[in-house]
Amino acid sequence: MSAINSNIPEGELTTKWTKFKSSVPLVNPSNKRSLEIIVVGSGLAGASAAATLAEMGYKVKCFCFQDSPRRAHSIAAQGGINAAKNYQNDGDSTYRLFYDTIKGGDYRAREANVHRLAEVSANIIDQCVAQGVPLAREYGGLLDNRSFGGTQVQRTFYAAGQTGQQLLLGAYSALERQIGMGKVEMFTRHEMLEVVKIDGKARGIIARNLITGELERHFGHAVVLGTGGYGNVFYLSTNAMGSNVTAAWKANKQGAFFANPCYTQIHPTCIPVSGDHQSKLTLMSESLRNDGRIWVPKKKDDTRKASEIPEDERDYYLERRYPAFGNLVPRDVASRAAKERCDAGYGVGASKLAVYLDFKANTERYGKIEAAKAGIQNPDKETCMRLGTAVVKEKYGNLFDMYAQITGENPYETPMRIYPAVHYTMGGLWVDYNLMTTVPGLYCTGEANFSDHGANRLGASALMQGLADGYFVLPYTIGQYLSKEISVKAIPTDHPAFAEAEAKAKGILDTLIGIKGTKSVDHFHKKLGLIMWDKCGMARNAEGLKSAIAEIQQLKKDFWSDVRVPGSADEYNPELEKAGRVADFIELGELMCIDALNRNESCGGHFREEYQTEEGEALRDDEGYAYVAAWENKGDGNFELHKEELKFENIKIAQRSYK
Amino acid sequence: MSTGNMNLTLKVWRQKNTKDKGKMVDYKVADISPDMSFLEMFDVLNEDLITKGDDPIVFDHDCREGICGMCSMFINGRPHGPKDAVTTCQLHMRSFKDGDTIVVEPWRAKAFPVIKDLTVDRSAFDRVIAAGGFISVNTGNAQDANNLPIPKAQADAAFEAAACIGCGACVATCKNASAMLFVSAKISQLALLPQGQPERYKRVQNMVAQMDAEGFGNCTNTGACEAECPKGISLENIARMNRDYYSAKFISEEEG
Repeated sequence: MSAINSNIPEGELTTKWTKFKSSVPLVNPSNKRSLEIIVVGSGLAGASAAATLAEMGYKVKCFCFQDSPRRAHSIAAQGGINAAKNYQNDGDSTYRLFYDTIKGGDYRAREANVHRLAEVSANIIDQCVAQGVPLAREYGGLLDNRSFGGTQVQRTFYAAGQTGQQLLLGAYSALERQIGMGKVEMFTRHEMLEVVKIDGKARGIIARNLITGELERHFGHAVVLGTGGYGNVFYLSTNAMGSNVTAAWKANKQGAFFANPCYTQIHPTCIPVSGDHQSKLTLMSESLRNDGRIWVPKKKDDTRKASEIPEDERDYYLERRYPAFGNLVPRDVASRAAKERCDAGYGVGASKLAVYLDFKANTERYGKIEAAKAGIQNPDKETCMRLGTAVVKEKYGNLFDMYAQITGENPYETPMRIYPAVHYTMGGLWVDYNLMTTVPGLYCTGEANFSDHGANRLGASALMQGLADGYFVLPYTIGQYLSKEISVKAIPTDHPAFAEAEAKAKGILDTLIGIKGTKSVDHFHKKLGLIMWDKCGMARNAEGLKSAIAEIQQLKKDFWSDVRVPGSADEYNPELEKAGRVADFIELGELMCIDALNRNESCGGHFREEYQTEEGEALRDDEGYAYVAAWENKGDGNFELHKEELKFENIKIAQRSYK
Repeated sequence: MSTGNMNLTLKVWRQKNTKDKGKMVDYKVADISPDMSFLEMFDVLNEDLITKGDDPIVFDHDCREGICGMCSMFINGRPHGPKDAVTTCQLHMRSFKDGDTIVVEPWRAKAFPVIKDLTVDRSAFDRVIAAGGFISVNTGNAQDANNLPIPKAQADAAFEAAACIGCGACVATCKNASAMLFVSAKISQLALLPQGQPERYKRVQNMVAQMDAEGFGNCTNTGACEAECPKGISLENIARMNRDYYSAKFISEEEG
């Protein structure tokens, strides 16, 4: 069990995927009808996979915990989706997207997977436009693009600040079409609580009907998890409140290795925390960095209002430190730079844990262009600001409204205050080139797997990966496995393996209800979040991680002896759902710290204070750590490390520089 | 948790399950900060109820960023509360005054049965989409996205209709519990785009038929839906849907 094989096809990088597609065994249409696939999760990865598999003729069952697949958290993604279309004629290509992604991921992603992602990226845009997704257009009627961090070309397609919403609704409509035709059976308000394994293969799941509390057994020849990320381990994050790790974690307990859990992306532009009541954090899209300039006062503890600080007393620290990329450096670099300035005493706002994101200069610049278009000679500043504001409103209006709503401040008049926050998790279940986990027949897609982003995710690449996996990768690769399963008849769910898995799930629910302690689930979740943010957050060190592990172990004991879950297990009981998820977050949190402690280097979203350059940049150790850390769960908080060595044959590993 | 100084009285609809009759129950909340969102205020109340051994109030919510469409409270007689163009999760306590009494109810519509407390079943919306709210294109055979230029104004109008979050406020606020704003938004989005043309008239017929079958009422042009929509979806969409619906009648007669 200890050897892991990534199953990367032989041959030249640029032809691997094409060759794979033309040589992979196929399943004939009549056999597809008798093969059943379970898809858990209905976001970009899950919905696109479920719809596409059903179009191909497989029998599909799809599950989500929300009331509708349209609520999946992919819907909240704001800024955009990358694709190597080179519509802007600025030198983009499949290779350049591949290169930017590998470099942006700090050389901790698999070359073959990332190249495939870059290859299919162009098809994603075509597919979505064909579905009626209203991506932004230019006046000539062609698609518009903008830039995101870590790149010097404009390859990001978008729909105002609601790109995730539009792409998800596209995938959702494809899914609903299949549901309407009876080719997908949809189970909403259902949560997967166990993977069922028979003879070593994934053969189904135990799901709880969240309304009735009933445990259900579902068979599938294969099971696909597209269940999203686990950023909520930090309690405060930009994730939706319901986002959780439960399905992936139960899979880990069933033998699916968990890869690179310590890689958490901290997004640089979030609305800062305003008080201890806060339940979640809200992102301001990275696209704002196209037109916003980031600065802090040059003077420490400057209490003046932003408007009272003259130009020459402002420190545009990203432009100063990284002249080539400026405000568009990648997220990990921008986040650390903000933390550095705030830690050094230059933060702004009441908490001093914020920096300014200022649109004034670009608003005025846009205003000048608009004035020229309208034939206004020598426009005054006020006219420029008025005309420019209209342009900014069109580009980012919903984000500005959201900011105003949350903070009570008008961002058109005063600069936004922003601070980094937990956003996206690059770690997840280990998968091979086929997106299969270490459990045969169990697949994992989108944010829930570890595969394409390395130690850091560039902006606008999560939507790309979710849809690439669901529309264009999994539907091909799963055929390889299923072609060998055509003679397997549907296994009746009274099989002992189903009974055993159901009993296990029931045991956990009954235990949680039975503890009848004194503290709420949120109490434990908040405590876990603080430990994780302080000791396994934007910066980590060995001492802190060791103490975090001890604290989490204690927290686990306290949780299982003192949590209070009201109500019963046979009714609609959101507190019980939360309790199960927090129990899993606690165990995962421990593994995240173990993983961070093991990785004696800094890379991407993992910044170990002991390993940094003299200028405070992340210092990788490619000799010792150019591997994927895949953790096997041995039970009782014991994990065994397996290493997948990363080979860079097409890109020369180099120190990342954005200067 | 002492984070602010607002004290409020809440009157909240409690209902154990779909069959239960349900009733209004009074709660006091103290030390509320004006920076809290309305749902965070509910979190504080629930924490208090759990600690006291009572059942917390069940309500739907998820992204808390105003985009998933899951939150669904009727606050002081208005869906998503007193402010225009926001969802409940984006409503902040600074929109209320210290000492206020706030009445909170679930969405009110026959097609949205109460599941528990403030949570209702909105799956009827999914069934309406499944009846035709899509373009029939299978994965993998799309042409290049720029082969078909779309005038910016048209793309923008389609986007505005597509911005609907499916929260159901339009239904909840309508005296007829009509779903026409929701349904017409999807019909408009697809009718405005060249990709949506082949199924345009079949789509409107199928979706309207499903909408009726779900038990939503009809539109009497009162306009409450537009006024209460957190995403500013326009009544123009209903006009467009009606026009397409009548056109569809003639077209299908000609074709038949």
